[in-house]
Amino acid sequence: MRAYFGRRYTISASHRLHTDALSAEENRATYGKCNNPHGHGHNYGLEVVVAGAVNPETGMVVDMAALDEVVRSRVVNRFDHANLNLDPLFVNRVPTTENLSRAVFALLKDDLPAGELERVRVVETENNFFECEGE
Amino acid sequence: MIYLTRRATFSASHYYWNPAWTAERNEQVFGRCANRNGHGHNYTLEVTVAGVPDPVTGFVIDLKGLKGIIEREVLAAWDHRHLNLETPEFAEAIPTTENLAIAAWKRLEPAVTTAGGARLSRVRVYETPEIFAEYRGEA
Repeated sequence: MRAYFGRRYTISASHRLHTDALSAEENRATYGKCNNPHGHGHNYGLEVVVAGAVNPETGMVVDMAALDEVVRSRVVNRFDHANLNLDPLFVNRVPTTENLSRAVFALLKDDLPAGELERVRVVETENNFFECEGE
Repeated sequence: MIYLTRRATFSASHYYWNPAWTAERNEQVFGRCANRNGHGHNYTLEVTVAGVPDPVTGFVIDLKGLKGIIEREVLAAWDHRHLNLETPEFAEAIPTTENLAIAAWKRLEPAVTTAGGARLSRVRVYETPEIFAEYRGEA
């Protein structure tokens, strides 16, 4: 039977929303406070959902310890307590949470220990979150 | 189509053990969850039904009715119980969060269908705030 396993992690990181494609005024108008030159930070919540058949021997879609190892080594350790703008993935891409959710999806999708990546949700604050389903 | 979700909580104990395996294999795969003395969680159950709002009442389903279904079909059987030792579906199956989501679906689906109006769309079980499993009735 196909079921879904979800796991939540946290990442604390800083970023600044700014693009060289816009003037200073346009950046300020588009990104508001998020364009502050020295950046700011969030405690991001990261929710990873894996879909797959429930293994009849273990009752599991995916082994949680194995999933943790992949998510921590590929994503959490990369971004936690880091400045997202300095990551090579964001050299030419604004580190909005939309783009962060896409980056996390791409980093995980081919390396899961079992099942398929269904969805990545990144919670920026308690009032906003962003999802990528690989579309 | 509108999706409506009702949340409920229950507390239960369990352990993970496959009797076809050696003790070493069980401990290797399931870690601390293989401790045969068991351990427990405060589970959260989220039940989502889908339907078109009734033109007279505006309801997809009567929430009091759905609450009663959840209490009768799931909480009465699982709340403050040892899942391995006291619930028929886990006499043999391992009470992982995935299997709890599937078993909760099987308990709820006939009653939701009988209530009329809405169909069961999704069952999500949180074992902790950081871990959940979901079943959507798929084969």
